[in-house]
Amino acid sequence: MSGSKITADLTILVIDENAIRASIIEEGLAEAGHCRVTVIHEVNGVARLIETLQPDVIIIDIESPNRDMMEHMFQLTRSVSRPIAMFVDRSDTASIEAAVDAGVSAYIVDGLKKERVKPILDMAVSRFNAFSRLQRELAEARNALEERKIIERAKGILMKMRGLSEEEAFALLRQSAMNEKKKIADIAQSVVTAAGLLL
Amino acid sequence: MSEMFSMSAIGSVAAPPRVSKEQKTLRAGFIPLMDASILIVAAELGFAEKEGLRLDLVRDVSWANVRDRLAFRQFDIAHMLSPMPVASMLGLGSNPSPTITPFSLGRGGNAITLSTRIFERMQALTGLPDDASALANAQALAAVLSDMRARGEATPTLGMTYPFSSHNYEFRYWLAAGGIDPDRDVKLVVVPPPLTSDALAAGAIDGFCVGAPWNMVASERGIGRIVAAKQDIWPLAPEKVIGLRPEWAEANADTVSRLIVALDRAARWCDDPGHHDQLAEILSSPPYIPAPRDIIRRVLDGEFSLDARGNKRIIPDYFLFHRGAANYPRPNQALWIYSQMMRWGQAGFSEENCARAENAYRPDLYRNALGADASLPDATEEVAMLSAFMDEQAFEPQHMQDYVARFAVKTGASPAPNAQED
Repeated sequence: MSGSKITADLTILVIDENAIRASIIEEGLAEAGHCRVTVIHEVNGVARLIETLQPDVIIIDIESPNRDMMEHMFQLTRSVSRPIAMFVDRSDTASIEAAVDAGVSAYIVDGLKKERVKPILDMAVSRFNAFSRLQRELAEARNALEERKIIERAKGILMKMRGLSEEEAFALLRQSAMNEKKKIADIAQSVVTAAGLLL
Repeated sequence: MSEMFSMSAIGSVAAPPRVSKEQKTLRAGFIPLMDASILIVAAELGFAEKEGLRLDLVRDVSWANVRDRLAFRQFDIAHMLSPMPVASMLGLGSNPSPTITPFSLGRGGNAITLSTRIFERMQALTGLPDDASALANAQALAAVLSDMRARGEATPTLGMTYPFSSHNYEFRYWLAAGGIDPDRDVKLVVVPPPLTSDALAAGAIDGFCVGAPWNMVASERGIGRIVAAKQDIWPLAPEKVIGLRPEWAEANADTVSRLIVALDRAARWCDDPGHHDQLAEILSSPPYIPAPRDIIRRVLDGEFSLDARGNKRIIPDYFLFHRGAANYPRPNQALWIYSQMMRWGQAGFSEENCARAENAYRPDLYRNALGADASLPDATEEVAMLSAFMDEQAFEPQHMQDYVARFAVKTGASPAPNAQED
């Protein structure tokens, strides 16, 4: 089960309700040579899993309310060898802030050298950030698609009501947007809304 | 998608700007619950501003996060469970970091709810009346549990909020008073408060002990029956507190005093029933509590729908925001919390631990800040309170070991290796 690199012998558990983000983390860990990685998306039954897996590092989404469940489990389960805390190094304010901003928290088995864990945490933080970026881009793309649909509908309304060609309808929308210093999509939305009221 | 945005909004908090020597803008972590009222009102209605402070409220989702973010200076102050400063001073839990409280955010708010399915069995089996006492309810549950065991049914699962929570100790106290061993006869698990009602409806849990308004949310849905209120268990039991790092409190003594004054004024405001309409309005609006305003409004006045069949109960002082010296952090409350940690095997006994637990609660800071305005406990009343427990077992802070030994139900195994050495 040992990987090619020195760090590869760590057993890592990733708990993230977001399956896509979890797989991004998993991929990053694999790239760094970690092959003993388990990913789960819900915490039901996690106690038993932790007992059998005995992970050295647990990475968990900071926004998961299930952190309190984990705290309870660590209180009860004597067999879990002292999983500890969040973040690697208390004195390293910058990395703590980076982790909080990204939304990563971690539990680390006591005694594990921090230089072994830091790269894992750093990787998790950067992957969490990359995921946020991805989400943002996706939202923007969806938005753009919505805008296109609205413009199409507005064009259709103008063509029908004013007997314009498609090009003329679009030119009218664009001209109005320029005159009013608004986005074409906003003008199109007004047209659609107004048409809804009038028809 | 919207979840993503709110997540990053929570995460990306800018560093606190520092004005003059002491901090004037305080980042305050909180969990959206009714017992955060004083903190929310201090920020929303200008009580903090009047003391020259700006409260930057940051909503969080777990007590573990609140604890860690206070420890790592992401928060200056935090809305915390009353046992959290005690646990931190005893070195319990993961990542303990010294935490004190100079101000209690009031008393009350908790209750215990069982699924209507279990409650109906309790009534069928024992003839339990609708207006039974908290103790009678616990004893009836004990009867149902042994019936379930005899029939080979699965052990019921009960939810609470955090290993070091008023809910954990109060739930255990209530169960044990009825003769139930919380570690053997039931399975205690952690369920985040906003999820309790759904978890009960889905049958994932059979009951829970959480703060307001979640008990009434379940009873009004017709899925749960409220069987005990915090006041029934011990009226003096502390609920939430304001947590601070001791070294920060020392370096910002003037700020801490102003904060206490602001919280005191906000607490007096919250306590006035004439303000409860407005308070319910504030609490039920985003980003605070995702529950109906109407329920929050009634919970503020202690008007309880015990179930969906019309059984009601008025609990006087269900929320005590200020009266009865509710803001005064009593060292005896800290010691009682420690006694329950001993009782359930979370901590062992030592004189040093007693001192550590006591020092987590700092009435000196409260008194210094408020001077003549401080609401101090009445000595006679306090003594009476020490024996006002549902099982009539009087708390003796001077004899911690004897007190714990007297409980018939407690963790039998030797206590877990506990508290840090110096």
